[in-house]
Amino acid sequence: MDSALFLQTIINSIAAGSVYAVIAVGLAMAFGVMKMANFAHGEFYMVGAYVVYFFYALNGWPFPLAVLMAIPIVAALGVVTERLIFRPTQSNVLAGFMATAGLALILQVLVGQTWGVGLMRSVPTPYMGAADIMGAKIGWQRVLIVPAAMVMLTALWFFLFKVKQGKALRACAQDPDTARLQGIGINRMTMLAMAISGASAGMAGALMAPIQPVTPYMGHSVILTAFIVVVMGGMESIAGAVLASFILGIIHTFVTTLSDAVTAQMVGVACMAIILVVRPQGLLGRVKA
Amino acid sequence: MIGANWKTGLFALILLTIAVLAPFFVRSYMIEVFILFLINLILVCSYRIPATTGDWTLSHFVLMGVGAYATALLSKWWDLSILLTIPLAAVVAGLVGFIMVTPLIRTRGFGFFIASFALGELVRLVWIKFRYPFGGPRGMIGIPNGELGSIDFFEPVPYYFFVLTIALVCLTIMWRIDRSRIGKTFKALYTDEGLAEAVGIDVPRYRALAFTVGAFFAGVAGALLAHRLGAVDPKGFDINNMVYLIIWVVVGGTTTFWGPILGLILMTFVFEWSRPLLEWRPLLFGGTLIFFLVFLPNGLDDLALRMRDKYRSRIPIGVEPKGSGA
Repeated sequence: MDSALFLQTIINSIAAGSVYAVIAVGLAMAFGVMKMANFAHGEFYMVGAYVVYFFYALNGWPFPLAVLMAIPIVAALGVVTERLIFRPTQSNVLAGFMATAGLALILQVLVGQTWGVGLMRSVPTPYMGAADIMGAKIGWQRVLIVPAAMVMLTALWFFLFKVKQGKALRACAQDPDTARLQGIGINRMTMLAMAISGASAGMAGALMAPIQPVTPYMGHSVILTAFIVVVMGGMESIAGAVLASFILGIIHTFVTTLSDAVTAQMVGVACMAIILVVRPQGLLGRVKA
Repeated sequence: MIGANWKTGLFALILLTIAVLAPFFVRSYMIEVFILFLINLILVCSYRIPATTGDWTLSHFVLMGVGAYATALLSKWWDLSILLTIPLAAVVAGLVGFIMVTPLIRTRGFGFFIASFALGELVRLVWIKFRYPFGGPRGMIGIPNGELGSIDFFEPVPYYFFVLTIALVCLTIMWRIDRSRIGKTFKALYTDEGLAEAVGIDVPRYRALAFTVGAFFAGVAGALLAHRLGAVDPKGFDINNMVYLIIWVVVGGTTTFWGPILGLILMTFVFEWSRPLLEWRPLLFGGTLIFFLVFLPNGLDDLALRMRDKYRSRIPIGVEPKGSGA
C-alpha cells in the first residue's frame, strides 16, 4: 500500500466514520432517553435517501435544498413513531423494538410500491469530479460528507450541553423520575429525542443517496452497522457512539481496500463480539449499579 | 399428553387422527403447506425455549440455516442417509449456538437482541463469503430428498409422515423439558433473575443451556427444510424471515407451551389467504405485529388464560373480595 493509497483510505475512513456517527448518534440518543430502541432506523435512512431521490433526481430541486427537506420529513416520521409505537409500549423495551421491526416491513412495502422494488434508483452526483489531496483522489461528494457531519454533530453537542431543552433531555436520560419532579415533560422529551433521531438518520440517508444505489432494502446493512456501533460504544453513550463510529469506519474501509466488503462486515461483527466479552458495557458505557 | 387429564388426551387423539388422515383428502399443494407448517412448528417451539428465560434472539433463523447447510454438506459430500444427517445437523446447530451464546450471555434484554442479530449476520456473511464449500450468495443446490429403505421422500405424502413423526418426537421432548425442573428454572430466570441467582442458580449456565437446546431443535427444522427444498441460500435465512418467526411467537404468546403453536396456526392461515396480495403481505404482517405489541403484548394464549379465569370465577386471581378482610 503506497502513501497515496494509504492517505486515500484514511480520508475514506473518516468519511465513512462521519456517516456512521450521524446514523448511530440518533440511535444511541433515542435509546438513552426512555429506552426507545428503533429497529426501523435503517428504514428512516432509506426514506431520507428517497426524499432526495424525489426532490433532486425527479423534480430537479438543488441538492442542498433536497437534503434540507429530508431532515424535517424524517424527523416527523420519528415523532409519529414515538406517538404510535413507543409511547404505548413504554413499559417494555423489547416490545417497542419488535414493533418497529414491523414498521420497517411497512416502510419497505410503501416505498417499494410507490417507486418500484426491483430497479435501483440512481441519484446523479451533484458535485462531479474529485478532490486532489496530496496525490489522493477522493470524489467531492464523499469529501463534503465530512463537514456536513461535523456541523450536525457540533450542533447536536451545542444543543445538548448549552441549550436548556437539551439539558432537560440529558436529565431525562439520566433519571426520568427526578427529571419529571423538576417539571420536565417526559412525553415532550421523548418526542424531541425521536425527532432528533429521525433527523439524523434522514440526513445521513440524504447525503449518501448519490453515492449508494437507492433501494427499499438499503436500510438492512445500515441498521447492522448502526447496531454494531451502538453496542461497541456502550448503548446509551453518544460520545461512545461517535468514537465507535470512527473506529468501525477505519476497520471497514481498510479491510474493504485490502480484501472485500463482505470480509469488512465480518471483521466488524467480530470486533463487536470481542468487545462484548472483554468489556460488556461497551467502550464508553457505564456499568449500572 | 403424558400426565394430563382425559380431555386433553382426547383432544390430542383427535388432532393426531386429523393429522394422519389429512394428506389423503387434500391436493398435493396443500401437503407441501402441511410439511412446511410442521417444520415451522418445530422451529417456533424451539424459539420458545430461550424466550422463557427472557432471551429473545434474532439469530434463531440463522441457526436453522446452520442445520440446513450442515445437512446439505453432509448429504452431498458424504452421501449420508437422512436418518444420520438430521441428528448430525442438529448437533452442528447446537454447537454453533453454544459458540454464539458465549459472548451473548454478557448482555441482557435489548443488548442480547441486537448482539444476537449481529452474530447471526456474521454466520450469514460466512456463507456469502466462502464460495467453497458454502456456494457463496447463490447457496447450494441438488441436496437429495433422502430415502428410507425403498421409500423415496421426493413424494410429498411419505415425507409428510416422516416429518410428522419427527415433529411429534421433538415436540414431546420440548414439552417434557418445559415441564421439567430445568424448564421451571428457565422460567425462574425470567420471573426474577436476582432471586434465581440468590437461591444458587447458575444464571449464565442456564441461559446458555436454553439457547443451545433451542439451537439444536432449530437445526432439526433446518435439516428437514433442506431435504424438502433441495436447495439452501443465505437469503432464505435473513432478518425478514426472522421477523416472521417473531410475529408467530408474539401473536401466540409465550406464557404457555401452546401459545407459539397457536400463533403459527393463525398466521399460516393469514399467510395462505393473503396470497393474492403478495407484495402487500409484509405490510399486513408488520401491521399485525405492531397491533399485537401495542394492544395484546402477551399474545393470544395469555388472553385465553385470562378469559378462562374470568369465566371460572368473577373474582380475579390474587385480589381479595372487598369487605372480607380481617
